[in-house]
Amino acid sequence: MGETAYGWWLPMNVATYGGEVDYLINVIHWIMGILFVGWGIFFFYCLIRFRRREGQKAVYQPIHAKPAKYVEIGVIIAEAILLLSFSMPVWARFKHEFPAEKDALVVRVVAEQFAWNVHYSGKDGRFGRTAPQFISSSNLLGLDPDDPDGKDDINAVNQLHFPVNKPVIVHLSTKDVIHSFKIPVMRLTQDAIPGTEIKIWFEASRTGQFDLACAQLCGLGHYRMRGAVSVDTPEAFAKWMEERQSEVSGTGTEY
Amino acid sequence: MHEQHHEHHEPGFWRKYIFSVDHKVIGIQYSLTSLLFLFFGFSLMMMMRWQLAYPGQPLPWIGRLFGEANMPEGVMVPEFYNQLGAMHGTIMVFLGVVPLAVGGFGNYILPLQIGAPDMAFPRINMASYWFLFVGGVVMLASFFLPGGAAQSGWTSYAPLANIAPTGQTAWLIGMIFLITSSLLGSINFIVTTVQLRVRGLSFFKLPFFVWAQFVTSFLLLLAFPPLEAAGVLQLMDRVAGTSFFLPSGLVVTGQPLEVSGGGNPLLWQHLFWFLAHPEVYVLILPALGIVAEVIANNTRKPLWGYRTMVYSLIFLGFMSFIVWAHHMFMTGMGTAMSTFFQATTMIISVPSVIILTCLAISLWGGSIRFTVPMHFALAFIPMFAIGGLTGLPLGLTASDLHLHDTYYVIGHFHYVVAPGTIFALFAGIYYWFPKVTGRMMNEKLGKLHFWLSLIFMNGVFTPMLLIGVAGVSRRLYDQTGYAHGAAVQDLTVFSSWSAWLLAVAQIPFIINFLMSMRKREKVRSDNPWEATTLEWATPTPPPHGNFPTAPQVYRGPYEYSVPGRSADFWPQHLPEEAESTQPRPATT
Repeated sequence: MGETAYGWWLPMNVATYGGEVDYLINVIHWIMGILFVGWGIFFFYCLIRFRRREGQKAVYQPIHAKPAKYVEIGVIIAEAILLLSFSMPVWARFKHEFPAEKDALVVRVVAEQFAWNVHYSGKDGRFGRTAPQFISSSNLLGLDPDDPDGKDDINAVNQLHFPVNKPVIVHLSTKDVIHSFKIPVMRLTQDAIPGTEIKIWFEASRTGQFDLACAQLCGLGHYRMRGAVSVDTPEAFAKWMEERQSEVSGTGTEY
Repeated sequence: MHEQHHEHHEPGFWRKYIFSVDHKVIGIQYSLTSLLFLFFGFSLMMMMRWQLAYPGQPLPWIGRLFGEANMPEGVMVPEFYNQLGAMHGTIMVFLGVVPLAVGGFGNYILPLQIGAPDMAFPRINMASYWFLFVGGVVMLASFFLPGGAAQSGWTSYAPLANIAPTGQTAWLIGMIFLITSSLLGSINFIVTTVQLRVRGLSFFKLPFFVWAQFVTSFLLLLAFPPLEAAGVLQLMDRVAGTSFFLPSGLVVTGQPLEVSGGGNPLLWQHLFWFLAHPEVYVLILPALGIVAEVIANNTRKPLWGYRTMVYSLIFLGFMSFIVWAHHMFMTGMGTAMSTFFQATTMIISVPSVIILTCLAISLWGGSIRFTVPMHFALAFIPMFAIGGLTGLPLGLTASDLHLHDTYYVIGHFHYVVAPGTIFALFAGIYYWFPKVTGRMMNEKLGKLHFWLSLIFMNGVFTPMLLIGVAGVSRRLYDQTGYAHGAAVQDLTVFSSWSAWLLAVAQIPFIINFLMSMRKREKVRSDNPWEATTLEWATPTPPPHGNFPTAPQVYRGPYEYSVPGRSADFWPQHLPEEAESTQPRPATT
């Protein structure tokens, strides 16, 4: 991709597993291209050779097309390979082989019309209890004011910062309607479903500033439900965290 | 049956043209209604394309006509954009393509092709049209409700749809009418095909078009009831305080949502896609049927692998019921479910590939007439192939991780439905127009229509595939806020201009269609394309009751260029001894 992160094909890849996704997408497009061109040549050859003209009589039963069968079987084999050796393993690894929580940064992301609440656990490493009845304009996450674990919690609205080369585990939920957590450079899409909390993970292999997009129609502000993703060096991340922490300053109020 | 009295009791205007029970009049009613809805649905999209290409700029000339609520100073507001999007999808699928492919072509052609005097249940047939009509009126009227029409996508996902303005209630009521219409129609098609085939017309002598309609009817019959139920449940959620699709503890714009709770939003998606995936095949199969007819007729030879195609069709219909959750890979699905659904999705591609391959091989050894319907039928094959192939990376979960809900999806299914199915429908219009009206359509205008449509269709949808690979989500009112969206804005502008020019490309068709009804020369034969199937054995246009005497069928549907015969077509209804009794037309 060179210098530009975004263009007319896949955007820059930042995810550690993203290479496999890209590889699959590119391989499929090559297969599609070869099938389409090969088959297009046959198609146009037929159109030209068998066009109606002087002496061109149609043949009632022209061929027993063995080659068609081979192409057909080829397609089936190609699909089986794509399925069994690419798609399923990548998906299984991504969905089931979670990094250990102690080795990862764990955040909660709570979507709402039309913003992303990014909930960090703060110094104590423990998330405060949340419940819908505590939600207010000064407490967007609905943290229980009586829970000491929540005193140092941070809500970075539309700001998802995380360090490079360290797995991030996100507990994704939503307050209202379905949203979808999509970071194109991370090759990641995950719907946030009301009433459930869904666990996903990812790991970035390089630093930079990227977009977090909402990928599921969520209302009139869907198009501007955009978060800033910042993949930081560990030092920069620690510094950012400290600044946020000082804003919370142990009073338990959120912004 | 009272139809037998028609010779001495000519029905009045209302009974003959408006509340008719004649399958041909109903077929024409369906066709004209759905053509108008297709145009309307396309117009909604053309307005959206302006906002997408030039976000925030006033729509020239007509922008101010849409009122302060929708387009203040001519600039579209996001709510209105979402209404246009939801209604474009709904109208194109449920009021455009399906009524034209099934209600229009199915109603008119299917009874003729099986030699029947009418559908099995003429009054149910009339009812099915009028249910559609009411459903359509409800959908159109919903734009004038406070808050406007439905705006939660044609998929109406809960809970967004549950909390949407009143237009959503109208959408649900409209859908209940449309679904009822389809159910009545499908049962009629099934009974007609099973019961009313003429003597000698066994199942494997049926034209492929009839097979396609037959399988389609089963899909409609079995897939629509879950959506009808889901529609009623969502309606109850909206008006009666139930919570089928609403979990407890929702907080909307800072206020707790006062509902009983305990429901599940994914239930809606399962019910919706249990219909909507078979629905995709409802959109495709009749198109394949039309293309098969036109190709056999214009290659002047039998379809290659007719039986294989029929078996593939049935298999396709069956498989279409067990792939629905591939629309839901990103809802948090585990490996077991996703493995099943991506495997079935790969499997369903096999019969589709077989049918396309059969159609392509059918060209081999032909004597191909490049008529206007043949142009559209031929173009259908590569266009549908692009649509099918681009389904692959969406059907595999790992690549879907990136492509899910992006413009790639839009490009994919539009390739299937627009230059795919709609081209097939155009092929059908040009092909059967002389049977319906007794006049040929103009060939020069037809070819102009074809080439312009082909170019601009691809101009609209190819960029979408690239925009999707770039990662841009669908349903965005303005994509330029995202860096990856801004990077492909040029493609979006290109796509928009192609869409508007595609509209211009329909002018030759509209002129041709209207002029040819009145002005063009009459066909000199009942069988101007020298075809073999039964619809061409009727007088032109077919009278009430269709066949002067019930025909008998002696052979398969595509006996073209049979060795040892002088004419290159051998109609199904002619007995062994007779050569063609049809006068040969002067021109082809």
